[in-house]
Amino acid sequence: MPLLSYLRAMNRALGAEMERDPAVCVLGEDIGVAVSNVTTGLLKRFGPERVLDMPISEQAFTSFATGAAMSGSRPVVEFQIPALLYLVFEQIANQAHKLSLMTGGQVKVPVTYVLPRSGSRAGWAGQHSDHPYSLFAHVGVKTVVPATPADAYGLLVTAIRDDDPVILFAPAGAADRREDVDYAALAPVPLGVARVHRPGTDVTVVAVGHLVHDALEVADELAASSGISVEVFDPRTLYPFDWNGLAASLERTGRLVVIDDSNRTCGIGGEIIATAAEEMRLIAPPKRITRPDGAVLPFARELDIAVQPTAGQLRTAIEAVACGE
Amino acid sequence: MPVGRHSRRDRRAGAGGVVAAPERLRDAPRADSAGLYRTVRLIRRFEQRAIEMVRAGQIPGGIHPYIGQEAVAAGVCAALRPDDLITSTHRGHGHVLAKGADPVRMLAELAGRQTGLNAGRGGSMHAADVGIGICGANAIVGAAAAIATGVAWSQRRAGHDRVAVTFFGDGAVNQGVLLEALNLAALWRVPVVFVCENNGFAATVRVEDATAGSITGRAEAFGIPAQTVDGMDPQAVLTAAAGAVQRARAGDGPAFLECVTYRFDAHHTWEHVARPRYRTAEEVAEGTARDPVDIQAARVPDLVRERIDAEIEALLDEAQRFALASPAPDPSGALDYLYADGRRGRAGTA
Repeated sequence: MPLLSYLRAMNRALGAEMERDPAVCVLGEDIGVAVSNVTTGLLKRFGPERVLDMPISEQAFTSFATGAAMSGSRPVVEFQIPALLYLVFEQIANQAHKLSLMTGGQVKVPVTYVLPRSGSRAGWAGQHSDHPYSLFAHVGVKTVVPATPADAYGLLVTAIRDDDPVILFAPAGAADRREDVDYAALAPVPLGVARVHRPGTDVTVVAVGHLVHDALEVADELAASSGISVEVFDPRTLYPFDWNGLAASLERTGRLVVIDDSNRTCGIGGEIIATAAEEMRLIAPPKRITRPDGAVLPFARELDIAVQPTAGQLRTAIEAVACGE
Repeated sequence: MPVGRHSRRDRRAGAGGVVAAPERLRDAPRADSAGLYRTVRLIRRFEQRAIEMVRAGQIPGGIHPYIGQEAVAAGVCAALRPDDLITSTHRGHGHVLAKGADPVRMLAELAGRQTGLNAGRGGSMHAADVGIGICGANAIVGAAAAIATGVAWSQRRAGHDRVAVTFFGDGAVNQGVLLEALNLAALWRVPVVFVCENNGFAATVRVEDATAGSITGRAEAFGIPAQTVDGMDPQAVLTAAAGAVQRARAGDGPAFLECVTYRFDAHHTWEHVARPRYRTAEEVAEGTARDPVDIQAARVPDLVRERIDAEIEALLDEAQRFALASPAPDPSGALDYLYADGRRGRAGTA
């Protein structure tokens, strides 16, 4: 089977959806030459009316996409840098997200935002390394963080077809992953449905985005070294979250560790722990691994790594939770 | 425009059939003298009625009265076709009524009733009637300009020759997103007309204390033709707007109108209580000396005017009765319409 890379999977999803539905268009900065490797070939294939290179006017082009979405188009907006989301939080959280309710259901806003290489890219420092998916889940924007190429394909297709705004984070830590896939088997992945990558009986690890791969490695190591059976639970969608799936996993394990690339306070990891504590079966105190409170990613490589969640921290947490009662 | 999931009839049916809405005043705004008069008079009396209802506690949250600025909405919307589109502002009642929204369901919306334009989910600052091209009032200053640009672009892309008008105040000309939208619209010759209502004040701050350079100069910097118009005269606004709309429809790109007007009443009805002092009595007297309703009334025969006035009074009486008789929305549906697929999040208590 062919090897499909994560970003190539997104490119393939975009091309397929543009082919399928003439309403789909893509806009963003430097997308004509595809500096993010997501829009490669689309300009040539679909022309400048559907692949729009934007001036550096994030606020205007985000709301431009909202207007276009209200009016029959299905825009996909690429932001090169996650921190640009802070510029357009008004346009997404306060406009696109609210228009359906505020108009009493008169409008739909089928727009998709894509963030290629979100989170740390190693050496891109304070204003280019954030991972603000929890902010969007908090607001109630449909938020997806695929971990694998096939899921990136399937979730992007679903996001484009969804009639609400959907934001897709493609973590830098997963963007270079490749996967053997059967192209014919690539399919839409529904929102709000988690994926258990590895079944286990002792501890459920909820891992977000690229951290799924760290969790899988740690799970293998622990199985070999100490016989702890780890279930790796990838929510794929952070909002709406697959709470039923998590409850089912905790019925099996009763123990929970969350690894999440958000800052600690009000990150999605806190929500997962709180919900599990309130509503689900836990036989030991849960733990979460996150970025520190209020983290600003420092530039130097050692400092950058120092504030990101690590496999080592995860291993320690799993061992502690596995022993806890 | 996409059809909403709940048709108007469905939503009115949501009232349980308790009250029947009266017939609508007119089918489309009219551009003749009597039509313009009817629009400015309707807006004036609607706003006066709404202020009474605010004072009576029948409209929560208060309103931003449009009184004094009626000529702008009336003149601009008279230049539009029924299938053209508008976005509006926090001070948006005039635009929404002039574009043809049902005053009865508009007043019900202000009163927060299920029978309102937005099923009571939007209120004064978010009134919308997408089926007749009213893409929503917007509570963030300047925010709708980029939305309107996208709407107009998408309509053109679908093969229509529709024009979008985005209304905004003088305060919005210092918002970055509006300036960015001017650039996008000019760059791609999007059929959008930017209408600035310069009423002299951004809330309580004078335009000259907030705005460097000129308002039209901003548009001209992007190569957008800009014109300053007497915003107290409905006919003058109509003439200028017709030119701008024709240009946009013909594919020659955006246009910009600065309509110089004056807000007769408060920035927001809270001023009726708080009474902040930012205008002198002399200045208000000067600003209100030319009244757009009077200016247009003088162009209409007395008998016609009296008939229109009586029709409007009867309509507003009925609108108020309808609003007050309509049911409040069911609290169990507070977050209805949040997602297009009807999805519901978790409740606030487990």
